[in-house]
Amino acid sequence: MSSLRKALFYRIDGVILLLYVMLVAVGILAVFSVEHRATDVSLIMMNKSYMKQLTWFGYSLLLGFMILLTDSKLFSSIAFLAYTIGLAVLIVTIFAGVDVKGSRSWLGVGSFRFQPGEVAKIFTALALAKYLSLPETNFKLLKDRLIGVAIALLPAVMILLQKETGLALVYFCFFLVMYREGLPNAVLVVGFSVIALVLATLLIERKMLFIILTVLTILIGLLMRQTLRRKIPARIILAGAFLFSILFSQVAVPFAFKHVLQRHQIDRIFSTLGKEVPDEYDKTMVAGEEKKGNSSEYNVLQSKIAIGSGGFWGKGFLNGTSTKNQFVPEQNTDFIFCAIGEQFGFAGSAGLVILYLSMMLRIVYLGERQRSSFTRIYAYCVAAILFFHFAINISMTIGLAPVIGITLPFLSYGGSSLLSFSILIFILVRLDADRSALIR
Amino acid sequence: MSIAANPRQYIISFIFIGVGSVILLRLFFLQNFEPKYKILANEYAIYKKVAYPPRGVILDRKGKVMLSNTAVYDLVVTPHNISKTFDTSQLCAALDITRANYESIMKRVQERNIDVRQSTFMEQLSQEQTAKFKENQYMFGGFDLVERNIRAYEMANAGIVLGYIGEVSPEMLKKPRYSSYRQGDYAGLSGIEFQYEEVLRGQRGVHYLERDKFNRPRDPYKGGILDSQEVSGKQLDLYLDADLQAYAEKLMANKIGSIVAIDPQTGGILAMVSSPTYDPNLLRGRERAKNYAALYREATRPLFNRATQATYAPGSTIKPMTGLVALATGAIKPSFGLACYGSYNYCSRPIKCEHKDAGHAANFRLALAHSCNSYFCHIFRLTVDFKSFGSVKRGLQTWHDYYYNFGYGRQTGIDIPYEGKGFLPDSSTYNKMYNSWNSCTIVFVGMGQGELLLTPLQMANGMCIIANKGYYYTPHFVRAIGKNPKDSLLKKYLEKHTVLNIPDTTFSIVQQAMQDVVESGTAAGAKVEGITICAKTGTAENKAIVNGEVIKMQNHSMFVAFAPRENPKIAIAVAIENAGFGATWAAPIASLMIEKYLKDSVSVTRRAVEDKMMKANLINKYVYTIDSVLRRHDAEVYRAKMERKQLVASMKRATDSMMVMRWIENHLKRSK
Repeated sequence: MSSLRKALFYRIDGVILLLYVMLVAVGILAVFSVEHRATDVSLIMMNKSYMKQLTWFGYSLLLGFMILLTDSKLFSSIAFLAYTIGLAVLIVTIFAGVDVKGSRSWLGVGSFRFQPGEVAKIFTALALAKYLSLPETNFKLLKDRLIGVAIALLPAVMILLQKETGLALVYFCFFLVMYREGLPNAVLVVGFSVIALVLATLLIERKMLFIILTVLTILIGLLMRQTLRRKIPARIILAGAFLFSILFSQVAVPFAFKHVLQRHQIDRIFSTLGKEVPDEYDKTMVAGEEKKGNSSEYNVLQSKIAIGSGGFWGKGFLNGTSTKNQFVPEQNTDFIFCAIGEQFGFAGSAGLVILYLSMMLRIVYLGERQRSSFTRIYAYCVAAILFFHFAINISMTIGLAPVIGITLPFLSYGGSSLLSFSILIFILVRLDADRSALIR
Repeated sequence: MSIAANPRQYIISFIFIGVGSVILLRLFFLQNFEPKYKILANEYAIYKKVAYPPRGVILDRKGKVMLSNTAVYDLVVTPHNISKTFDTSQLCAALDITRANYESIMKRVQERNIDVRQSTFMEQLSQEQTAKFKENQYMFGGFDLVERNIRAYEMANAGIVLGYIGEVSPEMLKKPRYSSYRQGDYAGLSGIEFQYEEVLRGQRGVHYLERDKFNRPRDPYKGGILDSQEVSGKQLDLYLDADLQAYAEKLMANKIGSIVAIDPQTGGILAMVSSPTYDPNLLRGRERAKNYAALYREATRPLFNRATQATYAPGSTIKPMTGLVALATGAIKPSFGLACYGSYNYCSRPIKCEHKDAGHAANFRLALAHSCNSYFCHIFRLTVDFKSFGSVKRGLQTWHDYYYNFGYGRQTGIDIPYEGKGFLPDSSTYNKMYNSWNSCTIVFVGMGQGELLLTPLQMANGMCIIANKGYYYTPHFVRAIGKNPKDSLLKKYLEKHTVLNIPDTTFSIVQQAMQDVVESGTAAGAKVEGITICAKTGTAENKAIVNGEVIKMQNHSMFVAFAPRENPKIAIAVAIENAGFGATWAAPIASLMIEKYLKDSVSVTRRAVEDKMMKANLINKYVYTIDSVLRRHDAEVYRAKMERKQLVASMKRATDSMMVMRWIENHLKRSK
């Protein structure tokens, strides 16, 4: 316990804080570069987003400082309570949310607005860490695994009901945490297979896919005939997998496209794949629905133009013609990466990617050095959330993923996002400071 | 610390790094090997803004502005930006339109353009509309006023001279003249606006601006180093005297005809009226198309420039020229006299003369002063039959050459478009008309009633030649372009045209005779105190062909003159259609013009004449009747033409199908 005797200040992980400050600084500069005009008389203009973001950073630091002053045990003890309150707020939001572009994920209190789904990630991470670290939890049991999955996905369901699909998807990142904590390897295999199957379903003609899947199953059966002959479960698994893929690709996906997904979501998915929306999924517009045209494709094109025109060294700070002149939609929030890509080129964007990777790997390192599993699991939650946001956000700006509205951690303009990511990091730093203590 | 390193931390780290690498790889290719995005970035983000300079201003000879520019406001709307609290009824009230109006315009706007782009909602608001809109502008978020220049005619005169501008049509854009224009540009369509388009238009500027996705221009691109500045259209200085022009138009009110006044020393046109006139302000702005159609339908055809396009038999006004050529060729001597007792009887049919008293054609001077028909018919015959030419055809050719030299039978080259040529007959004309002909056949040409047809401009130019004793400058309006009188466009107007060698003395004789016309002859009413006017009256018979019938109409009242004789400053031709004697109407009007121009005002003693001229309504009722008949005729011709076209088309279809049938038959035969 020697380290505990040292003052709190010396136990704080400086690396993670440094990475944090660097990312936020890059974010504010990016928002500044987009908003600044040569004709501006002053840099300090409170109506500009970068000044607001700077203010939010101030609040974040204040809040972070307060978090550092709390007892590390506080977080594990309030985890379930916070989670419950969080869920309650999410439910309230479904009904009382402010309608923003068709989704009801924002709560307004006076002139102040925030997105509970953004903040709920913190509570979910705490609750998941708490549950998995309970001595009575045996994560090898199916029941406990299901409870873990439920804790992770319950908020996602609420957020889905608020029609904020992108934010809901984030909660799937907790599978990565649960994998670390003992979900079988098969989870990864099945996960990737399902993703591959979805892509195949969308890209390959349905009858052709049926033939391919059948041939594939027969091939696997021939290759593994020794195993199959000896083990009955293996046969069941293969048969089940075949049946599942056939049902999935022939029935479930078409059903989802025809009856579940909305027009703009279908547009986005197919525009990412670089394909026209097939006639069978092309929904005629519902009366009163606003015509979106191919706005998603336009957005991604503009985003790619901005990033692609940056070249290796970029156009230089404040010289981003595409971003500065608001060609890219959601300029300051979801597509802030364009500002970096355009102005600082490949050098800048690669640097940023490396900065993110460093942070995530550092968090994994922090997680692994904990004495208490609560902190470790929490750290993995933070890493997983960051990873999902980072990977999907940048991928969607360069056309690798469909456009779903999730922010780039620390960079995107917006109080909810910056504050919640800051809290995530500061709680981690606070917990890590007590890494040799046992936190339950 | 951890009991044992968990292998899954490495798997997770590997996933992080793997996904990061995929992103890095994609970025690498996107940013380094896909140049199309760079090109696209420029296309999207850089806005080429074309700046339209103001058109050139047009000034009269005294520097008075005749045509300039005025700012109007177009109301534009960006539907996307219309605020939720926007009150439609307030806007409707400000613009004085109904709600239904508003909705139909809005619908059109939204169909034509996407929501976030700016579209024109209403063009050229009236001053009242502009004021009311500005007053409450804060209420109309999403709407905005955009300033634009349109032409402003400072006075309601000289419409036919100044011309007008309009949007270039798709057909015009195909012509090389309009290669630098694009849809929506304006160009001069008639008059000086058309002729001097290239200098009036100025040079468009191009500004490269960075723009945002709403097309809103922002900062200049690259600090503006690629920009080119717009250059204003050049100012035109005219010879035209705005006051004289206005005065002329007043004199010509309620008359059909024209006045052309030229400064013989420069060829500069001082006034040009084609009556009835129209207010040029009608042909600009929002109402242009509507007003144009109305003017076009007018029976009196105000859009037809009679001064340069209408052709008249010159009547007696040609007699100075007939004499000039007869004297110049040596066919007669000034002392040549003819015994005329009221008719000319040397040809098969007698030609009537207005004068019976003996001696009124005792010599050239007297004959011209009294406008003796017999005398001029005869000397025309003497000219073409002159023995040194050998034959009447050669004689007519010589006469033709003189007249061609005077500018007859061809365009003078005036600097407004669509000038008429008139008609100058030569021997081939008569060969076509007659199996055989001689000087008696064409004798009427000598007194201006033959095949020879002149425009009022040509008549006035003829006066310049006599006034200058043998030369003229091509009549033109523009004295200086951009204050430069030697602009390359004006070169041809600085060139002196000398007519075939006619000695000064011959001109002096003709001038003297023309002076007599005013002082003791047919145009005594044109006398002006203190000014030596040389003139000639004319009363031209004319016919109209209506429904295939030739109808003899009332005579045209004609008058040509120049003054002062010693130092000619104005040459003038006045033609008033179907008004009667030249001496009654055209002569006083011309003399008032001369007095006004040379003395700046008309003397008190002549106020009565002036008043009479201004108030006289000389438009015959049958102008309207004839017009409607002609229009009906035109409509019938058009309908017949269309029917024929249809018939041809259906016949073609029939032959086509017949050919197909035949082909099928042959085919069947062959297959059998």
